[in-house]
Amino acid sequence: MRITRYAATLAALGLALAGCSSNAGNQAQDTSAQSTSAVETNVSFAPGTTMAKLHDAGTITVGTKIDQPGFGLLNPRTKVPEGFDVEIAKIVAGKLGIAPESIKWTETVSANRESFIQNGQVDYVVATYTINDARKQLVDFAGPYYEAGQDIMVANGNPLKIESPDDLAGKNVCSVEGSTPAQNIRDHYPQAKLTLFDVYSKCADALDNGQVDAVTTDNVILTGLVAGSPDKRELVGKPFTQEPYGIGLKKGDTEFRNFINDVLEESFTDGSWAAAWDRTAGKITGQKAPEPPQVNRY
Amino acid sequence: MQFLIDNFALFRDAFLTTLSLSLLAGVLALVLGTLLAALRVSPVAPLRGLATFYVETFRNTPLTVVFFFMIFGLPQIDFVIGFFPGAVLSVGLYTAAFVAEAVRSGINAVSAGQAEASRAIGLTFGQTLREVVLPQAFRTVVPPLGNVWIAMIKNTSIAAGFSVSELSSLLPRLVNANAGDLLTVLLGVVVGYMLITLPSAYVVHRLERRVAILR
Repeated sequence: MRITRYAATLAALGLALAGCSSNAGNQAQDTSAQSTSAVETNVSFAPGTTMAKLHDAGTITVGTKIDQPGFGLLNPRTKVPEGFDVEIAKIVAGKLGIAPESIKWTETVSANRESFIQNGQVDYVVATYTINDARKQLVDFAGPYYEAGQDIMVANGNPLKIESPDDLAGKNVCSVEGSTPAQNIRDHYPQAKLTLFDVYSKCADALDNGQVDAVTTDNVILTGLVAGSPDKRELVGKPFTQEPYGIGLKKGDTEFRNFINDVLEESFTDGSWAAAWDRTAGKITGQKAPEPPQVNRY
Repeated sequence: MQFLIDNFALFRDAFLTTLSLSLLAGVLALVLGTLLAALRVSPVAPLRGLATFYVETFRNTPLTVVFFFMIFGLPQIDFVIGFFPGAVLSVGLYTAAFVAEAVRSGINAVSAGQAEASRAIGLTFGQTLREVVLPQAFRTVVPPLGNVWIAMIKNTSIAAGFSVSELSSLLPRLVNANAGDLLTVLLGVVVGYMLITLPSAYVVHRLERRVAILR
């Protein structure tokens, strides 16, 4: 009797919670099956290099995000993340002779990417990772493989008429603590009131609930969130920064960086980059693959 | 060191947020927890059931889930609560369950003869509890309540994931901009918590010795 009573309560609580998860996960299907990044079977690398080490191990650990539709989103059925970042990581792994099934995925969030790379918990990070000078002190970047820009997401219909970051003064703006967009708002638009969570999906929920007026981060992340719930959310669509996304790897491993850069350039020209885009982010935005960026061998 | 001085204002604000969150939630937990303990020993069965239900629900739910319910669940039924008040409520309501159990153990430690004697001289149940049992109960539960209080202070760190800029939220924020100073940031945050927990531990220890009952 007692046990049934408690169980009923817990079930009720569970139902209430299930109602408030973000809809962003709903379009996680479809992309997994036709992932077709080629796996090189006949490759060899100079002994002692990271490439040789990974190739011999036959497995690799990649850091990515698992809550960003279109770039890195965990598919709850397959337990494997899907998205553009994931495809890029697979292309690189494929050139090392490692099949997608042999990739171990690790969630990295904005705040822990450097430490995960430095500590060797991941071999490289493909996680909407903006290349900037402060980060270059700690890790090395290959790429960029995509250029995003900071944008604003508002409630559908834009009731507060937010058209640019200047309109954010006095408004509640949501972003993620420890991310570049949040710092950018602090530095350049200090009159905006920042609400900071640890993941963007919470920001989207808060926007739906009316707890914040706007969400700001890179446009590609917002596009995915809008696609998850187009009747509730809307993108302003005027990016106001440039965010080149790179692949983060251990500082000083120049051979590995050059290798990844070569792989990226090859994928730009042979069409696998554009194909990866069309399979993932392109599906959500409905736009064709943009021009690939210029790899920066700094 | 220079890094800590440069960011002193940030650390101070975060520290004060953690402190006020702890104090407000602590008061809420103590008041509600005592009330719940009284209900759990009440002669009225429905009140006992209600209190038991509350304690078992909150004690067996992870605090993160309580937070999620408060911050994102309630707005779904059009009950929007601010982030800081939501954090105070989450931590306070959650900790009240533990306070209730600690106080109840104290009540049970007071010998039955005390309550029987009080009833015999004509005190009501409420008077017995207030005047005779609870004052003795609290004396025995100072150490467990001290434990609950210190655990609660550290539990407030979960508020960082729910838009409260308390001490732990400095970790991602400062580390992102100054990844080279990771250890310094960690040190600053830990010192911030210790500034609250170490004096608390000392006060609890003193209080325990002062009010201890020799049986």
